[in-house]
Amino acid sequence: MATLKLSGVTKRYPNGFEAVTDLDLDVADGEFMVLVGPSGCGKTTALRMVAGLEDITDGTIEVGGRVVNDLSPRDRDMAMVFQNYALYPHMTVAQNIGFSLSLQKMPKAELRTKVEEAARVLGLTDHLDRKPAQLSGGQRQRVAMGRAIVRSPAAFLMDEPLSNLDAKLRVHMRAEVSRIQRRLAVATLYVTHDQVEAMTMGDRVAVMRSGRLLQCGRPQEVYNSPASLFVAAFIGSPAMNLYQGEMDQQGATVQLGHQRLDLPAALLDERVNGPYRGRAVVVGIRPEHLADAAEASGDGGNRRLEGTVDLVEELGSEKLVHFHIDAARLSTTDALLASEDEEPETLEAGEIGSATATAGVARVSADSHIAADQRVVFTVDTERLHLFDPETGSTLRSAQ
Amino acid sequence: MVAPAVILLLAVTAYPLVYNLWNSFHSENLSIATGQGGFVGADNYTKMFKSSEWLHALLRTLAFAGVSVALETVIALGLALMLHRRFRGRGLLRVAILIPWAVPTVVSATLWKTMFDPRAGFVDYVFGLHTTWLAGVWTSWAAILVADAWKNVPFIAIILLAGLQVIPTEIYEAARIDGASWSQSFRRLTLPLLKPALAVALIFRLLSALLVFDVIYIMTGGGPGLSTETLSFLNWQTFLVDTDFGYGGAISVMLVVMCLLIAGIVMRVMRTSAET
Amino acid sequence: MSTESATPGPLVATRSRGRPKRRRPRRRTVVREVCFYLAVTVVVLFSLFPFYWMVRTSLLSDSAVGQGVGGANGLFPAHLTGSAYMEDFTQQGFLTPLVNSAIVAFATTVITIFVAALAGYALARLPIRGAGAILAFILVAGFFPVLAMVGPLFLVLRDLGLLDNIYPLIIVYLIYTLPIATYLLRNFFMQIPKDLEEAALVDGATRLVALRRVLIPVAVPGMFTAGILAFILAWNDFAFAVSFLETPGHFTAPLAIVNLGQSQFQVFYNRIDAAVVIITIPVALLVLFAQRRIVAGLTAGSFR
Repeated sequence: MATLKLSGVTKRYPNGFEAVTDLDLDVADGEFMVLVGPSGCGKTTALRMVAGLEDITDGTIEVGGRVVNDLSPRDRDMAMVFQNYALYPHMTVAQNIGFSLSLQKMPKAELRTKVEEAARVLGLTDHLDRKPAQLSGGQRQRVAMGRAIVRSPAAFLMDEPLSNLDAKLRVHMRAEVSRIQRRLAVATLYVTHDQVEAMTMGDRVAVMRSGRLLQCGRPQEVYNSPASLFVAAFIGSPAMNLYQGEMDQQGATVQLGHQRLDLPAALLDERVNGPYRGRAVVVGIRPEHLADAAEASGDGGNRRLEGTVDLVEELGSEKLVHFHIDAARLSTTDALLASEDEEPETLEAGEIGSATATAGVARVSADSHIAADQRVVFTVDTERLHLFDPETGSTLRSAQ
Repeated sequence: MVAPAVILLLAVTAYPLVYNLWNSFHSENLSIATGQGGFVGADNYTKMFKSSEWLHALLRTLAFAGVSVALETVIALGLALMLHRRFRGRGLLRVAILIPWAVPTVVSATLWKTMFDPRAGFVDYVFGLHTTWLAGVWTSWAAILVADAWKNVPFIAIILLAGLQVIPTEIYEAARIDGASWSQSFRRLTLPLLKPALAVALIFRLLSALLVFDVIYIMTGGGPGLSTETLSFLNWQTFLVDTDFGYGGAISVMLVVMCLLIAGIVMRVMRTSAET
Repeated sequence: MSTESATPGPLVATRSRGRPKRRRPRRRTVVREVCFYLAVTVVVLFSLFPFYWMVRTSLLSDSAVGQGVGGANGLFPAHLTGSAYMEDFTQQGFLTPLVNSAIVAFATTVITIFVAALAGYALARLPIRGAGAILAFILVAGFFPVLAMVGPLFLVLRDLGLLDNIYPLIIVYLIYTLPIATYLLRNFFMQIPKDLEEAALVDGATRLVALRRVLIPVAVPGMFTAGILAFILAWNDFAFAVSFLETPGHFTAPLAIVNLGQSQFQVFYNRIDAAVVIITIPVALLVLFAQRRIVAGLTAGSFR
């Protein structure tokens, strides 16, 4: 039973700074758990605590039911893939992969077999006698993985292993890593700042920010039902469109600029929207929930949004329409959205800039005729609207 | 632009060497009044190879070089490891060991001669002994070794430290995860990766140790008797005391050959085992 | 909807609150720290104690030195005097050798910096045929047995009538200083980006002018380090000095020290040590000043 369990894990430095606060996480045997968040959110620190490379200030870490807090890394039976691979420069690929086994004094024949097996899985058989300096980035990354998988450990730990690869290679390796993990069926804790990796690779996704866990669940759930504003904005690309709106007194519609949208049926309940009636509320609309009204047949009423097109990006399979409406958009300097080290956006609303700067983004079908500088009307799938508390950032949810 | 450097060096190295080579095949003894300057073939060389004084000097020199370099390298490795850590007082440690290296050999030799003196020295005082260190064979060598190590360990340590500092630190974390203990990491990661630095340090020190002169002259003058006479000392003696420049030439040539040979061997060995 | 959110439900809360783990510094680590600092102390003491002893001995009177160590003459002697220093300068005339050493070392250093900078620059930048061989020769020259040179050079100087003269030493000492200075400066120049000179060349300078007006200012730190090393090496020589110099008035400092304080009846360690103190001070100061530079210079570019 090789599961990973973090309970109340905290990392506090002597100067009082807490990199990780009260982290609870369960990784089942064979499960691929992705820990995702912006730089500085504590995910790497958490991983290193699990590995034993950092001391734990509070809380417990259990592997297969056994508390490992006081065990040194070598006694925890875990394998780790480092961001910069940390390959032994003076050893060949074969020696790198087999290093841990040779430390255990495994007989040479057995060691050789295991190394060759791991090399075969990773496509490294032709490179076994080369040194790391002679390999490409992708090959080195695979050697780092080989070093991990050859040990049949209780858990895999991966620290942003793909972040040093170029884009194309990264896409390819995402699938490779997933494939290998599935085949080996070992509990895996994978750290990344790339939400695309998180969504595509994880059985479950855990979003962290400023040392705390915000939400943990299956990718689709985190996407469809983000627990807070930060999660909603962090997951999904292009990012969710976020506007400052105002709920009406009856709790039936929300006002964006001079336009109205119906609330989703689930939020019509007074128990849910009562405190926000007549007050400010943050409205989120995912780009795919906006459609070209000229193409889609939708009813009118409070399910339409009018705006001005700034830019249309042709992707071939679809179009990304950058537009703006007269409602105030939430900027990334907003405390609820900002992460520790990102530069705040300085563009004003209405200025043409990056996709995240001022315009909303809509995903419309490739057949649409929307063009720049035109007025545009979108139909809105209001059942998929997200509402957030403007102070705490937590999502308005139905009662159950 | 390179010419000045090359010419000057040639003047002070190649020219004397050639002169030595020439002399070694002639008789050139200034203290013998007549019959000098004639060609004598390999007489000087046969005299040298048959001479027990030369043989003993050779053996002593080799022994001293081997022992001192081995000892000093081990100590220096420890020092380098110490300096590699970040700790308060690290700067003090570094300065403290650099000064012995920087002072003239005259100073270090004289200093330790004082320290080992039975009357004015610290060694006898602190251990309650009454040994005249520089009067006995083994004790002389001990004193010479101490003086030599005191001066040279820092140099080796600095070079090894530089070698340590280019080793990427993450591989040690990977090794911890792979299950390596500290000594296993040291043996299988640190030492192999230190090979280039070790090679540099070894060559420098080995050659210097084979040519040791100042310390011998100042502390023991080759004594007691001839027991601390090294090849360089014998060479000097032959030139400036015996004033036999023919024989001295032969010794010099042999010395150069020996140095080149040993340098070549060490570099070959290091290169094949490092294999970067 | 089975998403877990961040607000802990009752189950999770009790688990984590109930068992806080406190770390105590493990015993083994404390012992290790103590041993480490002990080792550091031992090394520092061993390195520096002989200097203390030297200073202490140098401050003893002539009679005290002959008495041996102990009692009032122990680790911290009761009576200190500067008589040894006085003796050195008056009776033994230590000033002249000091000046001699200074002259020679200084001159050698100047020549070294100049020559080595030229050579180092050329080797670093210019496509010279056989650059590798030249560099190899220069380095190997640094390894030659110094004592082997003594004989022939003695004969040469004798024939030129330049024995017992400090000035030839200036050239001779180049054998110590040129190899390492050239190597150092070559490495140093290699680390300066090419763009600097290329900009100057485009602006119409010749190589030499580029070197003088653009590179040299940038290279000053490197030349400074090379100069310090050269000075130390030239100052330290003993073998050549003892071979070529005869009258005490022509001695260099290292040679003078060895001949100091030797009388027929007693070795005056206090005087010897006083001279040693004097000669050590400039070197010690130099090291203190420039230790970082020296270390960097010695190891620059070696292990890339």
